[in-house]
Amino acid sequence: MEHRSTAPRQKLVVLGNGMAAGRVLEELFERAPERYDVTIFGAEPRVNYDRIMLSPVLAGDKQFDDIVVHDDAWYARHNIDLRKGEPVVAIDRAARTVRTETGAIHPYDALIIATGSRPILIPVPGAELPGVVTFRDLDDVDAMLTAARKGGNAVVIGGGLLGLEAAAGLAANGMKTSVVHLMPTLMERQLDPNAAYLLQKAIEQRGIEILTGANTSAILGSDKVEAVRLDDGRTLPADLVVMAVGIRPNAILAKEAGLEVKRGLVVDDFLRTSDDNIFAVGECVEHRGQCYGLVAPLYEMARTLAATLAGEQVPGYAGSVTSTKLKVTGVDLFSAGNFAEGDENDEIVLRDPRRGVYKRIVLQDNRVIGAVLYGDTADGAWYFDLLKKNADITAMRDTLISGQAYQGGVPLDPIAAVAGLSDDVEICGCNGVCKGTITQAITAKGLTTLDELRAQTKASASCGQCTSKVEALLVATLGDKYAGGARKPMCKCVDLTHEEVRGFIVSKELKSVPAVMQELGWKTSCGCPSCRPALNYYLLCAWPGEYRDDAQSRFINERVHANIQKDGTFSVVPRMWGGLTTPNELRAIADVADRFKIPTVKVTGGQRIDLLGVRKEDLPAVWAQLNAAGLVSGQAYAKSLRTVKTCVGTDWCRFGTQDSTGLGVKLERLLCGSWTPAKVKLAVSGCPRNCAEATVKDIGIICVESGYDIHIAGAAGLHVRATDLLGHVDTEEEALEYVAATMQLYREQAGYLERVWKWVEKVGLDKVRAAIMDDHEGRRALFDRFQQSQRAVRKDPWAERAAGRELHEFMPLAELNLIMPAAAE
Amino acid sequence: MKQSNDFWFDVGPLHAIPPRGARTVKTPRREIAVFRTASDEVFALENRCPHKGGPLSDGIVHGRKVACPLHNWIINLDDGKATGADSGCARSFPVKLENGRIYLDMSVAAAP
Repeated sequence: MEHRSTAPRQKLVVLGNGMAAGRVLEELFERAPERYDVTIFGAEPRVNYDRIMLSPVLAGDKQFDDIVVHDDAWYARHNIDLRKGEPVVAIDRAARTVRTETGAIHPYDALIIATGSRPILIPVPGAELPGVVTFRDLDDVDAMLTAARKGGNAVVIGGGLLGLEAAAGLAANGMKTSVVHLMPTLMERQLDPNAAYLLQKAIEQRGIEILTGANTSAILGSDKVEAVRLDDGRTLPADLVVMAVGIRPNAILAKEAGLEVKRGLVVDDFLRTSDDNIFAVGECVEHRGQCYGLVAPLYEMARTLAATLAGEQVPGYAGSVTSTKLKVTGVDLFSAGNFAEGDENDEIVLRDPRRGVYKRIVLQDNRVIGAVLYGDTADGAWYFDLLKKNADITAMRDTLISGQAYQGGVPLDPIAAVAGLSDDVEICGCNGVCKGTITQAITAKGLTTLDELRAQTKASASCGQCTSKVEALLVATLGDKYAGGARKPMCKCVDLTHEEVRGFIVSKELKSVPAVMQELGWKTSCGCPSCRPALNYYLLCAWPGEYRDDAQSRFINERVHANIQKDGTFSVVPRMWGGLTTPNELRAIADVADRFKIPTVKVTGGQRIDLLGVRKEDLPAVWAQLNAAGLVSGQAYAKSLRTVKTCVGTDWCRFGTQDSTGLGVKLERLLCGSWTPAKVKLAVSGCPRNCAEATVKDIGIICVESGYDIHIAGAAGLHVRATDLLGHVDTEEEALEYVAATMQLYREQAGYLERVWKWVEKVGLDKVRAAIMDDHEGRRALFDRFQQSQRAVRKDPWAERAAGRELHEFMPLAELNLIMPAAAE
Repeated sequence: MKQSNDFWFDVGPLHAIPPRGARTVKTPRREIAVFRTASDEVFALENRCPHKGGPLSDGIVHGRKVACPLHNWIINLDDGKATGADSGCARSFPVKLENGRIYLDMSVAAAP
């Protein structure tokens, strides 16, 4: 580059003395050391330091001196006039001067705005109390360390990168620390829910309490902070509150000077603002609609800006792909690019629950577009490089997830691969079972199924991830004699069957979808429409009252509590207990049908009235009106108890032996609202003439002179099947208990979407009979569990929705009745 | 003839759609389903499955796909094409996300 060192030096003024300014100058002095006289105005009373290393300073891993980037000698060497602690308060673009806090006026030829960003303060009452700090500069770190010396409780608001680093630092300094995070998972902008689950486990292991989905409503205290209150009423004691909810570009000065500012100070590809003599760099800028809060983009911007200032012709800055690492000692976490919840074809997932490893590479057209690594981040840089280069990975797709060291191998047929292993290779990591142990057990003991093998050797009996390898060994050892071909995995996301997944959910106490997917080795990041509703049900059944239902993992019928019809309208069925109704209820139904112009009113096969053709947006109003007349949802859309059909029994019938209508009502009241694997229909007939057709229901009761015959496993749908007799009880009370216990057994054992008759065929009638009719203690335990779960779920979904819950389901996002110009036609 | 610059209509904030969910936008000519994926991408398709006209906005969203609530056809959100053995296409419309708000290009969305 040509420099005219004899030419008068230009005056370069820099606002801000952070990392961006430091990097620009460093690059500039390398390229054009003689070109500018530089003056820096910094708000902080100290030299330039590496702000991203504040976390290790807080944690005690580093001292301030370790993180200084440029010491006083550096500024002196480059003849920089550094004005520490003297912020600029105004820019006069016409006169090309800046004015500082002290009133001094300073001219410039070129101006760089590098004012960085400010921490976001959430505007809650008490936010200004002493003891509430942000995590932005060394003063904040000093404040935190001072507070930590006194011990006590710290609450960190914000579960992002900064919040977690602050929390880890405070906990390391001996404070009892909690993290309050608004979103359901930690670091949701950088991590998918699976990696966030592992991160949460690791943070909690440090004794830090994590509260997700938690919204701060106030900070309490009289003359200093004492507690944090959440909007659900919980109160957390606090001697120190750290707000780390995010940053906002600091562009106030630029805006006041009339420069174009959107979210940040707008710059072009050469970091030039809307004024040709003013440049901007770092966290205060907005480039191509993007604001950055990480260091890598800042370095890339600095390089372009330095070259521009040096008069070089360079390609402009084109934006950055960013990657994230969490700086908490002992937690390995890396994320880069786009980790959009991918389709099964576009992502490669590796999970190793025992080592706490999760890796996910997101691909598009055989190119890496995103990566999330947890637990083992050694290949992060390699994936990030593939991503930035937009490299075609077709040739190494099979071994991509294994990392850089494993490239070049030839993939094997899985059975041949397992067969080719030596006998001392470990197959099941959880239980330490080697290949030799497995093959010996198969031949010596004549094992032919996976279950037998699990019972004998424990192989694949813990987390189940080696199931496909163990099966391959069975095939390799037994050949055609292997009988396990009928074994059906839950879906293509996992190697385990429905029953195995359910078993592990309970035995390993897995209480969330990400926990299940991580611990049981899901091969996709977020499941599919087949496993998600099933997992949602299994978790709901296993942890009543504790697991939070996921509406987006339910079919539309259950999301909006009505049946979708062929034209996209819905049908609504109010509950009529035991098939009974009243003139008032009928009138209310008629009024609703009139008012909402419901085209069809029909009696169902289960003795209820179906209102067909309700428009989706009318649903909440329809329910509100039905609720007002005392009617509640019939759950005719749900995998749940639908109806209990009855005959008139002793009240009216010549042959009736018991009050079948009354029992029907009691059963319906006992069982309604309970989520089940598939729909459940009951009937109670007052005598063996069976007018209520109880012998083709999931559970049927035939009243006889001596009491009640309980039937089970009927069907009158796609399959027609008469019930089997489960057993006989003497009293109505017993009938209720036995039926509810049967429901619970079905709830706990059946696969999702498996009807009662299929479940009974699968487990065998004898086993069900033994559990309900013979094992009295077991039955009572089932009954208790059923009632416990009912306490959590028995509420009228219509009332909740009519009261406005999840109203978005029913309202259009927007209605546009625009008049288009003729040209658009 | 495209004049799309002038026809980006603000149809509402992103947070009004639940993640892995959808909502509709009613226009005089058609109903449009606007989808939000788990990672906050937005897509817009005509709210009709190419199979039997099922309301796609009511389906289960997974990845960049939606399962039609009527007969479980799986439709790609980015181009509206049916996946797997099924063939057919729901019309897709230009949509963008800016500063947390969703914009639909009405010059396309309102065109015949």
